[in-house]
Amino acid sequence: MFYVQMFLQYFSQYMKTRLQYRTDLVVEFLSDLLFQAVNLVFILVVFGHTQLLSGWNREEIIFIYGFFLVPFAIFSAFFNIWDFNERYIIQGEMDRILTRPIHSLFQVILERMELESLFGMITGIAVMIYAGSRLDLSLSWYDPILFILMVMGGALVYGAIFIMLASIGFWSDAKTAIMPMMYNIGNYGRYPVDIYNQVIRYVLTWILPFAFVGVYPSAYFLGREEWYGYAFATPFIGLAFFTLAVILWNLGVKRYRGAGN
Amino acid sequence: MGKYIEMIRIRFLMMLAYRTNYYTGIMIYTINISAYYFLWTAIYSGKSDIEGLSATQMVTYVAVAWMARAFYFNNIDREIAREIKEGKVAVEMIRPYSYLGMKTMQGLGEGIFRLFFFSVPGMFIVALIFPMSFSTEVTTWLWFALSIVFSFIVNTQINLVTGVLTFFFFNNDGIIRAKRVIIDLFSGLLLPISFYPLWAQDIMAFFPFQAISYIPSMIFTGGFSGDAIYNAILFQMMWSFILLIPIMLLWQLAKKQLIVQGG
Repeated sequence: MFYVQMFLQYFSQYMKTRLQYRTDLVVEFLSDLLFQAVNLVFILVVFGHTQLLSGWNREEIIFIYGFFLVPFAIFSAFFNIWDFNERYIIQGEMDRILTRPIHSLFQVILERMELESLFGMITGIAVMIYAGSRLDLSLSWYDPILFILMVMGGALVYGAIFIMLASIGFWSDAKTAIMPMMYNIGNYGRYPVDIYNQVIRYVLTWILPFAFVGVYPSAYFLGREEWYGYAFATPFIGLAFFTLAVILWNLGVKRYRGAGN
Repeated sequence: MGKYIEMIRIRFLMMLAYRTNYYTGIMIYTINISAYYFLWTAIYSGKSDIEGLSATQMVTYVAVAWMARAFYFNNIDREIAREIKEGKVAVEMIRPYSYLGMKTMQGLGEGIFRLFFFSVPGMFIVALIFPMSFSTEVTTWLWFALSIVFSFIVNTQINLVTGVLTFFFFNNDGIIRAKRVIIDLFSGLLLPISFYPLWAQDIMAFFPFQAISYIPSMIFTGGFSGDAIYNAILFQMMWSFILLIPIMLLWQLAKKQLIVQGG
């Protein structure tokens, strides 16, 4: 309950500061939208020259992209911790965090929220509705529930990987560029994994499970039964990786000695 | 002139001091290129060529486009925006050099560093992993070299314009981000311009973006030959001149209405 209260407090504070600079907010929405459009344009142009991508057609690939945008939006809104190492470890902000009475990870997440990224969920759902209607997908009553579970799973997978990367900062405080690299690898999960070779497919499923953010859960809604096993595993993979990430974080915090003086 | 060359040297040495970042950079680019390699192989499955490019040429195109990006890409738009916001630009303006000229030279120092420590070794690694086609003709390499110089000029000019716009918009992070996305898409980095539908190609011909990535990559892969090369270089030269106009105008205006925010 205390945590919910904290969240609401931060939330209202956040809205106040954001609405103060409205033009900034509008430009940010537009550049986000443009960013989402780039990948869509890529898909559209590519399918101007081919009919199928390893047996997946244009609308299916668009659907996967639309699905991907939803967990990705949640991830961008709440796990904006790509500069954790620099801000919190090197500049010593972590010392302040540890004096607070709530869990350190939760505190960092609250401080770094970027709620306007949630707008990407709407774009994603719109893209899915467009692709879904062209594919004549039918919905069962339980599909929305599965959708929410799978989206949560995907967002947790993304969050877990980035929390683990941030936790590395507790052991080594050298500046690294691993975070942007992960953003690139995350993009692998947007395309059907059958186009990659065995090694990459294995990595995307079991080591950096980005495939659970895009293609695996989408396969369920697209009725690709050969992938159902993976699709239904999405929420569990998300929970498992997130638990692992939090354990790693806690170990890191215990080891943390503070920066300088 | 000497002081500008000194700027290039200083920036080059600065980059050298932070080189661990660039080893990871090579990995990032390699991963990126491999993602596109698999994607394009799947797209090409069963086709010998699309819009005049074979699958091998396409992989070469993607690799060269990313490696050339290391040379022309720089953050001077962000740097200018930051210096304007922090008020440092006022001090810079009274120094005995042209501020924008100096920023360009810093960008060049960065570019030269990345070209030798990043693009060349990166290209070598990527060529070991993926099938690529390199031209054996010296003239192709020379045209390529000339055209990436123009890529640098055009991209830097666009960066200068977006950076200087901070004078008028105060906070233009959004514009800088939008500019980046537009350049990735319309410069031909992600997709050769010839893959776009004709109407889109017609529109893009009126913008400078394809001078940045499409032209050097097409020259390198042999997608352009003969007159096409001359026209392409001419296109780049033309934009290098045209873009000087907005830069000068904006800079004159900016000097007149300089408001230092804090600092």
